[in-house]
This record gives sequence, C-alpha cells and structure tokens, in this order.
Amino acid sequence: MNEPYGAAELRALARARARIATALTAAMVVLYFGFIALIAFRPGMLARRVTSGLSLGILLGALVIVVSWLLTWVYVRWANAHYDTALKSIGEKRP
Amino acid sequence: MSQTTAIGQPNAVAMAFFFVFIAITLGITYWAARRTRTTEHFYVAGRTVSPGQNGLALAGDYMSAASFLGIAGLVSTTGFDGLIYSTGWLVGWPVVLFLIAEPLRNLGKYTFADVVALRLSQVPVRIAAAVGTLATISLYLIAQMVGAGGLIKLMFGLSYETAIVIVGAVMIAYVLFGGMLATTWVQIVKAVLLLGGAAILAVMVLARFGMNPAALFAEAAARHGEAVLAPGQLVSNPWDAISLGMALMFGTAGLPHILMRFYTVPDARAARTSVFYATGLIGFFYLLTFILGFGAMVFVGPDAIRAVDRGGNMAAPLLAEFLGGTPFLGFIAAVAFATILAVVAGLALAGASALSHDLWVNVVKRGQASGPEELKVARVATVVLGVTAVVLGIAFKGQNVAFMVSLAFAIAASGNFPALLLAIFWRRFTTAGAVASILTGTVGSLLLIWLSPTIQVDVLQRGGAWFPLKNPALATIPLSFGIGIVASLLTGTGAEATGHDAHQRRMHLGAPT
Repeated sequence: MNEPYGAAELRALARARARIATALTAAMVVLYFGFIALIAFRPGMLARRVTSGLSLGILLGALVIVVSWLLTWVYVRWANAHYDTALKSIGEKRP
Repeated sequence: MSQTTAIGQPNAVAMAFFFVFIAITLGITYWAARRTRTTEHFYVAGRTVSPGQNGLALAGDYMSAASFLGIAGLVSTTGFDGLIYSTGWLVGWPVVLFLIAEPLRNLGKYTFADVVALRLSQVPVRIAAAVGTLATISLYLIAQMVGAGGLIKLMFGLSYETAIVIVGAVMIAYVLFGGMLATTWVQIVKAVLLLGGAAILAVMVLARFGMNPAALFAEAAARHGEAVLAPGQLVSNPWDAISLGMALMFGTAGLPHILMRFYTVPDARAARTSVFYATGLIGFFYLLTFILGFGAMVFVGPDAIRAVDRGGNMAAPLLAEFLGGTPFLGFIAAVAFATILAVVAGLALAGASALSHDLWVNVVKRGQASGPEELKVARVATVVLGVTAVVLGIAFKGQNVAFMVSLAFAIAASGNFPALLLAIFWRRFTTAGAVASILTGTVGSLLLIWLSPTIQVDVLQRGGAWFPLKNPALATIPLSFGIGIVASLLTGTGAEATGHDAHQRRMHLGAPT
C-alpha cells in the first residue's frame, strides 16, 4: 500500500503534539488539584500571611489563574512556532 | 452598615441602558439576518469569525450571571471560600485548548457529535450525543432562566413571569433571525460590557486603597475577622471539592455551546488562538471577582448583602450603588441582564443544532436533507427550544436550581467529554463504546445527583443521602471512560484502526479540500 504524502512526518508530529498536550494537561491537573488538596488538608498553611492582608491562600488562588493562562501561552507558542511549521512542510510535500 | 437601596425599584437608568442594549443587539440581529442564508451561516457564522472576536465570544458564552453575581456574592459573604470557585471556573480552559479545540475544528462541521460519529455508525452515536447535548443544554438553560427571572425581579421590579417571557422572546429573536452571526456579536457586546463594568467597579474599589489589593484584604480582615482570608467551612469534605473540581475542569471541554464556537473560525490555528484570548479574558474577569467580592464585603457588608438577597447575588450591584450611586447601579444591573440574554442565546443555538443537525438530518433523514430544509428545521427547533425554556423557567419558579449548573457540568464532563476525547485520540473506539460511554455518563450523573445530598438534603429536605458526594463527577467520569473502553474492546473487530491514518491526517491537516 502506498502511503500518502508526508505520512511518516505526520505520525511523528502527531506523537509530539500528543506528548505536549498530555504533559500540559497533567501540569494543569497537578496545579489545580494541588491547590484543592492544600485547601482540604493544609488550611492552616493557606491562612498564613505573605504580607499584611495577603494570605498565602489568596496569593496561590490568583497564581492558579495566572499560571493556567501561562500554560496556554506555552502551548500556543509551541504550536505556532513548531507544530504549524511542521504541518506546512508536510503540506508542501503534497503531490 | 444600613443603607437604603434602590434595588428592586424600577430604575430609570437601568431601563435606559437595557433598552439601548436591546436596540443595539436587535440592530445587529437585523444586520446578521440579511447575511444568514445557509446552514453554514446559521450554525457557524460562515466560519468567518476572527480569533479575537471568537475569544471574546467564548468569554461571553462562558461568563454567566452566575459567575458575575454568584461568585461576587459568595466572596463577599464567605471570603476566601468563594475564591475557590473563581479559580475552579477557569481551569477547564487550558484543557479545552490542549486536548479538544484544534482536533474538533478539523474533524467536525457544526456539532461535537460530528466528531464522535465521524468514524462510527451515525444513527446510534448521533442519538446518544443528542441526549448528552440536550441534557446539558436544558439543565443549563433552566438554571439561567430561573436565575434570570429572580434577578430581573430583584433589580427592575418586573414580575418573574414577565422577565422570563422577555428573556425568551429576545433570545428567540437573536437566534431565529440572526443565527450564529448575531449570537456571536451579542456575546462580544456582552463580554465587553461585562469586562468593562467589572473592571471599572474594581478600579473604583482599589482607588480607595491606593490601588493595593492587599490593603483591601487587610481592611476586610480587620472588619470581619482574619478567617475571611483563609479556607473555611465550604470545603469540609475534600472529596466533594475534588469531585466538583473534576466537573469544572473537564466539563468545560464538553459544553456543546462552547464547542460549537470552534467551528465559527476559519481554521485550527484560529481556534487555538481564540482559546488563548478567551482564557486570558476569563482569567482576568475571575481575578476581578476577588476585588469585587472583598470590596462588597468591606463597603456593603455581608449582613446588608444577605438582607437584600439571601444567596448574596446582589453583592456586585450593591457595591456599584455604594460607589457610583443609582446610575451606576442601573448600568451594572443592565450588564447583568445583558449577560443572561447572551448566555441563553448561545445555549439555544447549540440545542437547536443538536435537534436539527444531529437528530433530524442525520437520524430521521439519514443524512439526506437539503440545506434549505435543514435551515428551516433548525429555525423551527430554535422556536421549540425557546418556548420550552420559557415554560420550564416558569414551571421551576421558586425552586432551588442552584445545583443545575454544576449538574450540567457533570453531564458535560462525564457524558460528552470522554466520548469526544476517545473519538479523537483512540483508534479502537467503536459505536457501542461511544453510545455506552455517553449514556453511562449522562444517566449516571442524573441518577447519582438524585441520590446525592444536593437533591435529597438540600431540595427534598431529607435527613441523609445514599450517595455521599454533592457532585457525581469523581465517580461518573472514570465510569464513563471505563465503560466506553470496555465496550469498545468487547465489540471491536480489529477493522476500526483502518481508517485511523486518514482520521489522523484530517485531525492535523484539516478536511481534504
């Protein structure tokens, strides 16, 4: 059977994307459920003050939001730079 | 603090803002109606929405009145515990980006069922996916409708039924005539108003604390006790928190009205960029709820907030009234109304597309329907769904429906998301696996929530419940994945993987042109 154009490259690219997607999703799960676990099991620690008025809990809550967004930025950067370029070069192999 | 409030009185400014919003959005609808001639226009705005526009529209679809009024209220009355929701509502978005958005855009056409059914037997999978979609949409819609009726009654002094009928009628007008193009622009206008309104409110709060949030939190602690800055009673059972967290994290990736938006952009790259914008906008909004909640706690006070509405939903409007008087209250009230209208319009369009595209065209007509016929059915479905929503909204008057949004997320997370993920990434997924997974997740969520303290204790006032968790996602998500995988392995013939290479090609390179 003849493989369509760019089949091997596409398989490698699909694996790379799956790896990145899995790693970033895992990071998200650890980040959020880590925060929930601290609330559930270490509430005293989150009550501690970082500065006057700012408790560790509030700081970490805000950080969960900011870091989530940074993770989407990491993915978009990778995808725009690497993934799209690779897709383009596969597209150029089109007979 | 005892102050008299104009909330509940007919408010001329609120009415004026509200009518301006209605006039502008109906103008948009008129403009969009002239451009809505085919199913591709009606369902997905001709796939011409830009990433920036779609980012705003996604944020508009997602930021409901519950998140604006509800979370501000929760923070203002419980402090830190309310913030758990602010973070929880955001964390589903990166998951949507990493796992779903781009494959969905490349593999499907109008609905997420397109993707699940792509390699499988159309009729059973479409029926199951429509069940999952309609269950999610109806619960979400009822919760929004009941919330809308109550809020509008509180803010404008209109009767509950009048409020519901107005919301239903305007929503039907947007979707019926303007389709996705009008719905998208209504979302964009609403998102800008909501983000702008919340940002102005937050700046006005922070201006009194030298723009330093920590000073605001310190003042809240000084007035209402150090405990407001630390975890309290809300998360008394860690498994409850984890279960709700799972529903929020994976439910976002199974919400039909959100998923549908990825078809409105020209390609997968645009879908990707739009989630990045949406996550930033929604994250910014939830950070603002920190300020709004503690601001309302300091300036209005938890007791005064509860006195107006026991659920705390009027915290943000009361804060607006304190800081900017009746005119600013009117503006924020109108923004809340606009928020509700936009969310229900998005829901109605997604529900109508499941009825027309999945059930009518692909099940009843076995894929043999002309474009004009599908468009006509989609419009009839919009009216049917809109009228049903009004009837249900009135039928559920006075009921405790707070659980319905989290149930909608549970069904989205355990009925829709596992099948969608497996259909995209697992080559041995079969028709039986998809149907079993969707039905297990949907029916299992409904059953377990019925047996949970949410219904048995909170709604039916019984002494205890058979199922311990308030949200079923912790049990139903693994169950739905497990059943989907086992059923696929049992029914697989080994031939499923043959189409996989072509499927992978399309997932990355897009549909062949």
